[in-house]
Amino acid sequence: MDKDCVIKTEHLKKQYTLGVIGSGTLRRDLQSWYAKKRGRTDPNRIIGAREYEKGEIFTALEDFNIEIKRGERVGIIGPNGAGKSTFLKLISRITSPTEGKITYRGRVASMLEVGTGFSGELTGRENIYLNGAILGMTRAEVDGKIDEIISFSECEEFIDTPVKRYSSGMFVKLAFAVAAHLDAEILIMDEVLAVGDVKFQKKCIAKMRDLAVDENRTVLYVSHNMSTIQELCSRCVVLDHGKKIFDGDVDEAIKLYVGGEDDELYSYEYVDGKYKEKVRRQYVNLTRAKFYGRTTSFFYDDEQVPLELTWTYLRDVERIGLRVEISDTRHYPITAFVIDNVGGGKKDEERSLRLKLDISSLATGIYCVRYVFFVCWNKESLPESVEIASGLTIRKRLRTDGGPRWQRAWGSVVSKGVEIVENGGD
Amino acid sequence: MSNEKITVIEAKHKLFSINFKELLHYRDLIFLFVKRDLVNSYKQTVLGPIWILINPLLSTGVFTIIFGVIAGIPTDGVPPFLFYMSGNVLWGFFSSNLNKGAGTFLGNARIFGKVYFPRLVIPIANMIFNFINFALQSVVFIILVVAYALAGAEVHPNLLILLTPLLVLQTALLGMGIGLIVSSITTKYRDLNILVSFGISLLMYITPVVYPISKAPLGLGTALLLNPVAPIVETYRYAFLGSGAFHWVYWLVSVAVTALILVFGLVVFNKVEKNFIDTV
Repeated sequence: MDKDCVIKTEHLKKQYTLGVIGSGTLRRDLQSWYAKKRGRTDPNRIIGAREYEKGEIFTALEDFNIEIKRGERVGIIGPNGAGKSTFLKLISRITSPTEGKITYRGRVASMLEVGTGFSGELTGRENIYLNGAILGMTRAEVDGKIDEIISFSECEEFIDTPVKRYSSGMFVKLAFAVAAHLDAEILIMDEVLAVGDVKFQKKCIAKMRDLAVDENRTVLYVSHNMSTIQELCSRCVVLDHGKKIFDGDVDEAIKLYVGGEDDELYSYEYVDGKYKEKVRRQYVNLTRAKFYGRTTSFFYDDEQVPLELTWTYLRDVERIGLRVEISDTRHYPITAFVIDNVGGGKKDEERSLRLKLDISSLATGIYCVRYVFFVCWNKESLPESVEIASGLTIRKRLRTDGGPRWQRAWGSVVSKGVEIVENGGD
Repeated sequence: MSNEKITVIEAKHKLFSINFKELLHYRDLIFLFVKRDLVNSYKQTVLGPIWILINPLLSTGVFTIIFGVIAGIPTDGVPPFLFYMSGNVLWGFFSSNLNKGAGTFLGNARIFGKVYFPRLVIPIANMIFNFINFALQSVVFIILVVAYALAGAEVHPNLLILLTPLLVLQTALLGMGIGLIVSSITTKYRDLNILVSFGISLLMYITPVVYPISKAPLGLGTALLLNPVAPIVETYRYAFLGSGAFHWVYWLVSVAVTALILVFGLVVFNKVEKNFIDTV
């Protein structure tokens, strides 16, 4: 193996048997085996079931080849059942491959589930030793790190109390602290950071990065949380149905996995049955929303969003208003663009409207757009929405990296209205 | 970082491949598991570890009353309490090894599914834990033997006592060996799990625990000695109490059977441990 290479897999394959494995009782299995041997049909086969259904196999990982170099932080993403956890299980030797070979250099510390093997009756300190030993440390190694582990865990006060009295948060912190202080060259993590409070999560990520960057450890990280993947990883592998479909740049990988075809979606046709949410159609029928003159849904900070809406009137309308609502991907409302009157029309008349939306105050990210037509009966009454439809997403990106980078944790709207009135002390 | 070990994981593996160096590296884990089990067994009990001693004394008392007093089974002139205790303590050691061994995979499936360490760590730790219990009980037993001997009872400890460490080791390995086999099979067939406790009590009655082998009906005594546990118990009792006899031929057969079961158990265990988490 190459000197720089830490993990290498060759034609790795893992298969599982589908369905109920065996009938679970020895007598029936012997019966089935005897019948099969004599060429008869299986007496325990479910009537109507296909002959070989019981033995059908599921390939969780197929022909997986990867070489990981020292100090690389590799993120592994993909939909459920893509084989991510299977790969981690193989490399951490929880189960063995059906075919192929894994070679690795040094020790592997797996954090598939931190706190495994914690014993409620033992104190925090005793559990550090026990957990450390389970993860492959010797007593002497733990001795050398115990103070560091205790202070990282933030559990100093309770360290000599049995862990069954711990809160779940403390439990996890202690467990992570042990795992993070392993002397292993390869660290394996599976969503472990989805624990503890936000502050502790940040501390964990920082610790992971320290380990990988400063101490040149290799990290394998599986997560569905793209922002931690972005924060932590230097390389990203996308798995789908047991196969590697991408290996390389983190942003590209996330785009491939999350973005999918939506990336290219710049026009949305409203056909019956294709609405994203329930709509009310009384006055108008929206038929198309489109970013005109565009071929992507990406917009940079100095661009406006050119939006074209096409609709037909369902009855004669004198005046009607339009509201373009912007929400984040969780449908939490961010802001809206309101037009009092877009004009009326006769029944069956088709109308088209082109708008330019100023999104300069939106932070980088993905936003959903919703179109609401409304009517106002008189000045006092609240506008009544008559048609609601959603479609198209706006992906805001920054072209330049001027000033401090805006963090999503600060909010979705970048406020600009601030000026320093006086700057100077007495 | 030049001394980094290169590990190769392959689909195929050898029939018998125990990595003793790795086991040695995990020795701290073995002792921590023993400690954990000791703490867990007696936390929040009033008498604590004293239960280790009370348990066999109680059951020996029950045996003495039922088999000695009520059923009136003769004990070859040896004080009944000592007679039953000698069998009971050793049998307890054997059956707890078998029991714990049988639960290796199913009982630890959760932890085995999360993290790797040599799986043999668990049965070895169990064996040590059982040995600690057995050793404490043996101390009480030996004190009683000495007390009875000083009081002039019919007990004649003899030089065969020198053989007892071997007998104890054999008991442990035999129990663990059977346990490992059972454990490997139960990953697929749970039936056996239910059968284990029944099987153990059945095995006890074909082992001279509550009766001397000399009192078995004609011809049956020899047949009973083919049970690998029987010569161990019989020899152990003979060494401490001087009752019965040392059937060395049967003992050698029993040693051979033990070795066979142990090797077979390890091979099966070795095969099952690689992938059992997929089927458990």
